[in-house]
Amino acid sequence: MTDVSVSPSSGRKYSGEREGLAPRSRPLIQRPDVLIFLAILALVTICATVLAQMGYVSTSTVKLLGKTLCLCLAALAMDLVWGYTGILSLGHFAFFGIGGYAIGMWLMWDRTELIVLETLAQNPLPPTPLEIEEAIGAQIFGVVGSTEIPWLWAFAGSLPVQLAAAVLVPGLIALVFGWLAFRSRVAGVYLSILTQAGTLALSLWLFQNDSGLRGNNGLSGLQNLPGLDDVPQSTISLWFLWASALALGGAYLLASWTVSGRFGSVLRGIRDDEARVRFLGYEVEHYKLAIFTGTAMATGIAGALYYPQAGIVNPAEIAPIASIYLAVWVAIGGRGRLYGAVIGAAFVSLLSSWFTGGGAPDIDLGFYEIKWTDWWLVLLGLTFVLVTLFAPKGLGGLVDLWTHRRSTRVDDLGPDQGSLRAEEDRP
Amino acid sequence: MRFLLFIALLLLPLPAAAQGAIQTLLQTHAEDLANPSRRTIQPVIDDLAASGLPQMPDFLEAWADRRVVQRDADGLFFYGERDGDVYVLRSVEDGSEAGEVGRREASELRPNAGVRRLIATALVQFQLNDPDPERRRAALDALSRNATPELLDPLRASIPTEQNAQIRARKEALERLITLRYGEDQAARLAAIEYLSGGVSLEARAALNNVLTTEIVIGAPGAETNVARQLRIGTDIAEDQALALLAEEGVEVADVSRADRDAVLIANIEDGAVSGLPVASLASETRRWEAYDVLARSGVAPQRAGPDAVSELLAANPIYEVYDEPDPAITAAAATALDEVNARVARAQAADLGLDALSLASIYFLAAIGLAITFGVMGVINMAHGEFIMIGAYTGYVVQQIVPDYTVSLIIALPLAFVVAAAAGVALERLVIRHLLHRPLETLLATFGISVALQQIFKNIFGTQAVPLTSPDWLAGAWTLNDVIGISYIRIAIFVLALMFLGLLVYILRRTRLGLEVRAVTQNPGMAASLGIDPDRVGMATFALGSGIAGVAGVAIGLFAQVTSEMGSGYIVQSFMTVVVGGVGSVLGTLIGAGMIGGLQKGIEWLNPSNTLAAQTYMILFIILFIQFRPRGIIAQKGRFVQ
Repeated sequence: MTDVSVSPSSGRKYSGEREGLAPRSRPLIQRPDVLIFLAILALVTICATVLAQMGYVSTSTVKLLGKTLCLCLAALAMDLVWGYTGILSLGHFAFFGIGGYAIGMWLMWDRTELIVLETLAQNPLPPTPLEIEEAIGAQIFGVVGSTEIPWLWAFAGSLPVQLAAAVLVPGLIALVFGWLAFRSRVAGVYLSILTQAGTLALSLWLFQNDSGLRGNNGLSGLQNLPGLDDVPQSTISLWFLWASALALGGAYLLASWTVSGRFGSVLRGIRDDEARVRFLGYEVEHYKLAIFTGTAMATGIAGALYYPQAGIVNPAEIAPIASIYLAVWVAIGGRGRLYGAVIGAAFVSLLSSWFTGGGAPDIDLGFYEIKWTDWWLVLLGLTFVLVTLFAPKGLGGLVDLWTHRRSTRVDDLGPDQGSLRAEEDRP
Repeated sequence: MRFLLFIALLLLPLPAAAQGAIQTLLQTHAEDLANPSRRTIQPVIDDLAASGLPQMPDFLEAWADRRVVQRDADGLFFYGERDGDVYVLRSVEDGSEAGEVGRREASELRPNAGVRRLIATALVQFQLNDPDPERRRAALDALSRNATPELLDPLRASIPTEQNAQIRARKEALERLITLRYGEDQAARLAAIEYLSGGVSLEARAALNNVLTTEIVIGAPGAETNVARQLRIGTDIAEDQALALLAEEGVEVADVSRADRDAVLIANIEDGAVSGLPVASLASETRRWEAYDVLARSGVAPQRAGPDAVSELLAANPIYEVYDEPDPAITAAAATALDEVNARVARAQAADLGLDALSLASIYFLAAIGLAITFGVMGVINMAHGEFIMIGAYTGYVVQQIVPDYTVSLIIALPLAFVVAAAAGVALERLVIRHLLHRPLETLLATFGISVALQQIFKNIFGTQAVPLTSPDWLAGAWTLNDVIGISYIRIAIFVLALMFLGLLVYILRRTRLGLEVRAVTQNPGMAASLGIDPDRVGMATFALGSGIAGVAGVAIGLFAQVTSEMGSGYIVQSFMTVVVGGVGSVLGTLIGAGMIGGLQKGIEWLNPSNTLAAQTYMILFIILFIQFRPRGIIAQKGRFVQ
């Protein structure tokens, strides 16, 4: 049922002769999908930059593009954890939000500090640290009726610490959660539901005013970088576009490298038949934990890049539905292939903003007018069901048609079975 | 005017025989009745009340309502109703017609508010002895809201003659409350406290708290005062609060606030320096205090008090809480009684919480049981399960739009919601889930797509506003045992509904052919199939059953919660939790899981009542930990094919 013949005892690097297994023997940079992907990414970024400089593309479009690239990065991580390892995590968008919160805390703190310093400079006496802190506290936490600075904000003034937090906090949460879950062999739909519940718990906690993160107000004004008030948003948006593109490109390379080696083979093995991989002597839990934690950190980076472009992060962003949409993007794009996730995220999120933004023309049926702002979700939901039923390869399957390549993998999606019942053929 | 009236009264020899007893009595007080004042009217009212005439309550009531007129011609009193330019008069004796009189030939009695209050007090004793029990109850309600010491005597007088046991108990309770509050006799008040310590009513607690009100007194209290306690700094009261209290009483601390200090510093800047320290160097709190101290030593600013001064001041001015009630025996008894009452209230609250938890558990059971059995039989999670709840609720709404009678519409809606939701479930199973057999994660996502589409479709049809699903009147009230324990009838009805479906399911699973097949497929689908059971048919039947129950749950939930297109998603996570905790495919497990989740949620809410959001967070964290110890739920599925 699986073509991944892994052999832990030999220690030999597995090198598949067959096409499509992406053997490590071939350098990454020569593989067609990596090359094409990087080329397209570079082309899009450079074109957007040039057009924006010439004034043909608005700042908001550049921001939309940059945000989309961040979503693609999150989808890439989701593909690794779901498409390659078979763990349907319905909580990865929470890591995205945590990354946003971590960087947002610094942006908000530092910017408020600058404003506060400016105000206090009017006083005849130079400001004391206590005065500065009190003024910042009143400024940031006034909306939730408090002036106390919560412990979470202890290092908010330090960019390196908050940058590290954007990566490490998601990683740590994923590590603890994953360790608890994988250790007790929670898998399949159980795990999906648990991750969803965990995400719900996090978002409900953030909704409270006393969580220390401004309750449902969230963090706002993140598009203004501290100390760079004279740099126009059009320039800042380009910086973030480039940063997002670099992050996505780098992550794509790293992900390609990861899945093409022995590590990737084990991951696919776990997806296809976890018990068999375990019996072959692999520590399945360690592999799952590694990929779960690693992708959580990558998603955190994506969030840290996304929210300064979006300008605001609030608990509603972390609601479980967002994580499910992440899975939807990967599924529509085609899971189990890295470019599929990227295509899906870009395609669906751009289409979604086109439809919900009123870009799509309404259809008048005579007796009823279809307003796409109302009906887009219906279309998306049903499309998603149809894709799941009839095109499990998603949009990525189109690439197969285009390259005239029959899938050489016997069953690249795997049975994807749940934890509860053994595979059984229908009678 | 008054004089003229008086003359008229004197001049008109009134035929006494033509007057009834009440008119005669009124005439003796005619002067005061016509021009009442708060100070002079009390003896008149007392006299009227003491007369014992049966018509007196009606008269007093009419008087207070300004429905009594005095005919100018002869000074007689009548009930008068203004009709255009005339008053229609009726006799004060028996209410019979007594002719008409022009608007200007009679004057209305217009008692002011103070007088009307006195009349009302006098009326109470009549009302307390009124033959109609409803009026007696109304009088007692009015009395408990607005108790005054004057009412104590009429209340006491009315108790021995009271025949209705219920009203008599209420009168006695009220008598004790008023005694406790206004009574003079220590023994009687102690007896009242003793009596109150046996109840949990809000009234009793309020009365006891009323005895125990305190005020803050600074400095050692005199020997006569009834001291509640001394407030110790640090344990009972924070230091800055104590200082604030002292400041309120005029005991100021020679403390310099940071703002005062900065003002002094700014005022003393000379050539960019304060007392020799450059301004730029004052960028820390310690530096600023140093600069201030230098200024203080040179006499420019007041010396600031050190920490010793504050504690000395606090030691010199102890703060006491003093009872407003002067009698220590009463306050001590009341404090003990209040403790007893509070302990009993806490027990009652626990019982109330238990009822709440039970009601929540029955809702979760109804919402989750369908999920549990379909998960057990088919091994798939149906994310659109919450939308079947919503479909059920909207079915109820549509039925109510067509059938206006709420009872009838509810009777129609319950089975109809079952049928509609079951049909939707079968459609989902046939069209989607069947094609994704053995791919649970895909099923999860595909049904999620259905869920998104259904929510949006219902939003487009019914709008984003919540629609009402009104419960019939007989479900509207609440069953209250006392002031603490109470539960609404709707929740009781849902509990009964959950019990009915529990019984139905147990019957189907244990006693019918379908149940046998369902259990067989749950335990081992392959073996069941080889024994001639059609898993397709069983799957479809369970899906219909599970979805139908969700639809019924939707009607039940809609009766007390809002019906919106998103209502299902609010229950879906809780339903999953119930299934995960209880164990898949087991009715008993779901029951225990629902009980646990409901109890847990209410318990956490009770510990942290201000924050229901936090309650859900903690509950989910608890469940994640619970899964560590029982990964397969409380009632785990057994069999060779369970991994």
